[in-house]
Amino acid sequence: MTVRSSGTQPIRIEQDVVLARQTARKLAQECGMRLIDLTKLVTAVSELARNTMVYGGGGDMDWQIVEDGLRVGLRLTFRDEGPGIPDLKLAMTDGWTSGGGLGLGLTGAKRLVDDFELDTSPGAGTRVTICKWT
Amino acid sequence: MAALQQITVDALKRSESQLAVQWHADLEASGATRNLKPEEIRQQVADFLRLLTSTLEKGGSANITTTEWDDVRHFLEKLSSQRALAGQDSQQTASFIFALKGPLFTQLQNAFADQPLLIAEQVLQMSELLDGLGLHTIRTYQKSREAVIKRQQEELLELSTPVVKLWDGVLALPMIGTLDSQRTQVVMESLLQRIVDTGAEIAIIDITGVPTVDTLVAQHLLKTVTAIRLMGADCIISGVRPQIAQTIVHLGLDLQGVVTKANLADALALALRRLGVTLTKAV
Ligand SMILES: Nc1ncnc2c1ncn2[C@@H]1O[C@H](COP(=O)(O)OP(=O)(O)O)[C@@H](O)[C@H]1O
Ligand SMILES: [Mg+2]
Repeated sequence: MTVRSSGTQPIRIEQDVVLARQTARKLAQECGMRLIDLTKLVTAVSELARNTMVYGGGGDMDWQIVEDGLRVGLRLTFRDEGPGIPDLKLAMTDGWTSGGGLGLGLTGAKRLVDDFELDTSPGAGTRVTICKWT
Repeated sequence: MAALQQITVDALKRSESQLAVQWHADLEASGATRNLKPEEIRQQVADFLRLLTSTLEKGGSANITTTEWDDVRHFLEKLSSQRALAGQDSQQTASFIFALKGPLFTQLQNAFADQPLLIAEQVLQMSELLDGLGLHTIRTYQKSREAVIKRQQEELLELSTPVVKLWDGVLALPMIGTLDSQRTQVVMESLLQRIVDTGAEIAIIDITGVPTVDTLVAQHLLKTVTAIRLMGADCIISGVRPQIAQTIVHLGLDLQGVVTKANLADALALALRRLGVTLTKAV
């Protein structure tokens, strides 16, 4: 698997969530992603970026356009150094929220992309990596 | 969709000058012309009517994205960016088109007084057409406005989104752009207020202009729908494109029995059916 291009952008304030979505949209278009897949990916980005801002206390989004044989994909990592998720199984349950949300961000994002990995430990922050292939 | 009939186009052309006068008067009465020069408005009113009739005469279809509508769309784009720069809000800008409905429908009623079915059908066609043009105006207004805001490096969008009366008892709220929480709140509140003020029975929230529907946006929408229902009115969400519908399913969102439609026209048709308005095609 080779990385064609990559970059990072901050996710600190509300406006950064908008910018994260815009970046993801632009990159997905560059990858030649179909509208339906692009919409799913951008929605997942919206969920994860917001979690990074709200629960992680801010962080960064790393992006990579990757190639694997004939496939092209967009891979994104959301990382923060916030409190981490104490009970991952609970957090990955449809409808569970510690705030006032709908509790469908993590599980929904997972269903919207092809690859989904979540690393977290209490006190050491959270890192979610997703990938969508064209 | 059935096209506008030639007789409607003819009636429109015949009454162009009366229409211009009435439309101009309505625009002034609605406050949509505040801070604009009267001669300028008069010119724009006349120019737009001329463009509209000539496009319809050339057989312009109901789909305003086709090339026949280029001139009309460009005219509205120019108009909305000029309004954005002049500091008019989106409501005032959108009124330019929506205020044409009243005078236009009156003309149609006069022209076909003895053919109520024909009137209903042609009014609906005209209404859909003007809605399309109105939404296009709002969209381009928004683009210009965003450019202005960007230049000023403002952080929050604080635009009022127009609440548009589509029919007696039917309000529409075209949502455009990013539904960041603050603006959504304001917009929803103004919709609820308008429902109270007008006693509307059905509210259509149109999300055609919303690029991303995530769980936060859905939560705002559901809260609004709940509030609308508590007020005894009905709610329809339109502009749910196929890709948005699929995304909603994958997110696992439960829309709690909210009726959704792919576009504003379908939502309006449903609203009219619910109100017991029957529209029949004139043969
Ligand atoms: N980056 C993060 N840092 C800490 N906790 C998180 C993070 N992301 C998610 N969580 C936790 O997981 C829960 C579920 O998240 P999510 O599925 O997005 O639902 P919601 O945002 O509606 O609460 C959150 O309520 C929060 O407790
Ligand atoms: Mg969330």
